[in-house]
Amino acid sequence: MQLLRLQELVRACVVDPSLTYRQRVQRLAALAENALDPPPVSEACAQAQAQGVVHDMAEGNAPYRPRYVLPDYGAALARGSAHLELPPPGDLDEALAFLLAMYAAVPSITGYPVYLGDLDVLLEPYLAGLDDDAVLARLRIFWRTLDRQLPDAFVHADLGPDDARAARLLLRVDAELRQVVPNLTLRVDPDRTPDDLLRAAVLTACSDGKPHFVNHPMTVADLGADYGVVSCYNSLPRGGGAHTLVRLNLAESVRRRSLGSRDYLERALPQDVALTAELIAARVRFLVEESGFYEHDWLVREGLVDPARFTAMFGVYGLAEAVEELLVLDGVTSQDGSPARYGRDRAASDLAGALLAAVAGLVAAAPVPYCEVSGGRALLHAQSGIDSDRGVTAGARIPVGHEPQLYQHIRVVAPNHRWFPAGVSDVFRFEPSVAANPDAVVAVLRGAFREGMRDFTFDVIGNGFTRVTGYLVRDEDVTALREAAGRAGRDGAGGARHGSTFLGAGAVENQRLAERVVKQAPPAGAGDA
Amino acid sequence: MPDGLVAGTVPFSAVDGPGNRYVVFLQGCGWDCLVCHNPCSIPRAPAGIRPTPVAEVVAGIRDAAPFLSGVTVTGGEATLQAPFVHALFEALGDDPRTAGLTRFVDGNGDTDPGVWELLAPVTEGVMLDLKALDDERHVVLTGCSNARVLASLRDLAARDLLYEVRLLLVPGLNDADDMLRSTARWLLDLDPRVRVRVNPFRHQGSRACARDLLEPSPDDLARYRSVLTAAGVEHLTFPV
Repeated sequence: MQLLRLQELVRACVVDPSLTYRQRVQRLAALAENALDPPPVSEACAQAQAQGVVHDMAEGNAPYRPRYVLPDYGAALARGSAHLELPPPGDLDEALAFLLAMYAAVPSITGYPVYLGDLDVLLEPYLAGLDDDAVLARLRIFWRTLDRQLPDAFVHADLGPDDARAARLLLRVDAELRQVVPNLTLRVDPDRTPDDLLRAAVLTACSDGKPHFVNHPMTVADLGADYGVVSCYNSLPRGGGAHTLVRLNLAESVRRRSLGSRDYLERALPQDVALTAELIAARVRFLVEESGFYEHDWLVREGLVDPARFTAMFGVYGLAEAVEELLVLDGVTSQDGSPARYGRDRAASDLAGALLAAVAGLVAAAPVPYCEVSGGRALLHAQSGIDSDRGVTAGARIPVGHEPQLYQHIRVVAPNHRWFPAGVSDVFRFEPSVAANPDAVVAVLRGAFREGMRDFTFDVIGNGFTRVTGYLVRDEDVTALREAAGRAGRDGAGGARHGSTFLGAGAVENQRLAERVVKQAPPAGAGDA
Repeated sequence: MPDGLVAGTVPFSAVDGPGNRYVVFLQGCGWDCLVCHNPCSIPRAPAGIRPTPVAEVVAGIRDAAPFLSGVTVTGGEATLQAPFVHALFEALGDDPRTAGLTRFVDGNGDTDPGVWELLAPVTEGVMLDLKALDDERHVVLTGCSNARVLASLRDLAARDLLYEVRLLLVPGLNDADDMLRSTARWLLDLDPRVRVRVNPFRHQGSRACARDLLEPSPDDLARYRSVLTAAGVEHLTFPV
């Protein structure tokens, strides 16, 4: 980067009235990092990035910390930490204070930890001897502190799959406080997770859009029992994580050089998968071999992460547009002659399945260094998009506004979930009436998992929260940000306390999230079988 | 096996009984309620509605079954086609793919005494409307006496099949405190754990003859809740 250009950007940052002090510090760090050249890659790889086919998720040019770090908080609580100068906690107050201290010291791309641990399991042992009111009072303070101290909706905690007092109380506090932080996942095992816990989780989601639901047995089959769900539905080995996430824009990949689906699957796709894997490898090598993170970080030294449990994530997105454009090239249309659409036409679903099977096969055959935990390969992930994406649908989702009827939606996407061990997301938008009958959602959720869905998430129209990629924004925060942006000059100060709100506001606009189809019963007669 | 006059089906409903339900709307109702929100389902045999075989309805339900808690047959008035409902429920129970679904009837209760005897072996629950406990009011609202409705409520409660009683409340017509109290007492006498759902009258879907009626205000709803609760109704729900 030219020095003058860097100076311009730094100056714009330090005087930006919409940024908090800490947001400026984080942005300055990113600017400094990006003053360095990125890890070297081939001309073809650089060109694929310039053309928007391969994308490094703006992680930064010099990876000096892994993208997703999943510390073994259980081990830390059991052993205490020399780095933190804290002994093992003896009661709930000490445990919560221990965790807050530890979270502040977990490295991350965002500046905030993306994983807070399986909090119900971690906290349950400390609840003995305390009645519900005593626990709730402490959890409320803890929850508020998380949101105020880690103001970033990618900060993520896990619950389940087993019922536990801690899980119930955490859901209760979450529904009551209605914060975007922490993001939450409930891991669901159909045989172990009781309806009653699912019901409590559905009611929490009716209140604030959380938790997200993960098919536990399916994820265990791919990652082993010791996994966590972090940030935006990224399922990863616990006590490790992901060095990096690089994504392949399937839509741009098709547009760049494809003559039709057969040609694409045989020629262009393998090349673009290889270029994506090349960028992953370059970034992983820099992180492991040059930054020295895995030698010097305190989590490594204290055995709270194991370098051998880190993998890399291979993201794909724009499946819908890729499939639709390939069908145009193939001359395949819908029955009525209109362009075939993913989510509506069988031909599109079939091609989507074939395309993902091909991607999965290619990714499984592409060696990536320092990923022994996943067999020396990257883990495939349906990347849920970023704020600036326009005209391209997140991951393997059906385009916003074109989502079909509930069961068809589930049946179109479910067969694709098997290909994404590192997570996939489809968002279902429900009517508020489900709050009076959470069992309706429980039934749908159980059915969706039986159909092979790995991840299931829903938001509820009108509850004040929008599910973006995997994180949430509060609608009022997005509105406030827009209004502040509309006011000129420094008087327009007033950005957002949560860094993720800036991203969410962009995504709501660019991806037209307000147009997500609400799953409602059609009027009697309209749904005639 | 009798065919049914099916006005429509809905594969996903969170408002027609417990859990996620497939709803079958049967055509035809013997009443002509002032407040009917689905008046096109009243005629017994309108043009354009063809008889539907049981197997066709079962096929639609079977497709949705992995996501369902159960099936609710409503209307119109479902019990006017009791032999069809019986055949449908029996077929659902016989098919292993749908046998786990609960089978519910949602009706007005103006039902021949033999109908519940027929349906009881294949039905897990019934939801009935009680438009007014006072018979004169009932005639004003529905055009009919409530004698058979009260008999149905007694019969179903005795069979332990009464899942829920719906009170469709219209300001000034059937929502006075004393009416709510006497209704609550009558229902609690039937079943001390009776589930009561308040359905506030809404203009949406109703006919011109209802246009001068009022919709309950938030204050009215709060009053219904407090009067019914004070009268001892523990299981009380309102639409969200």
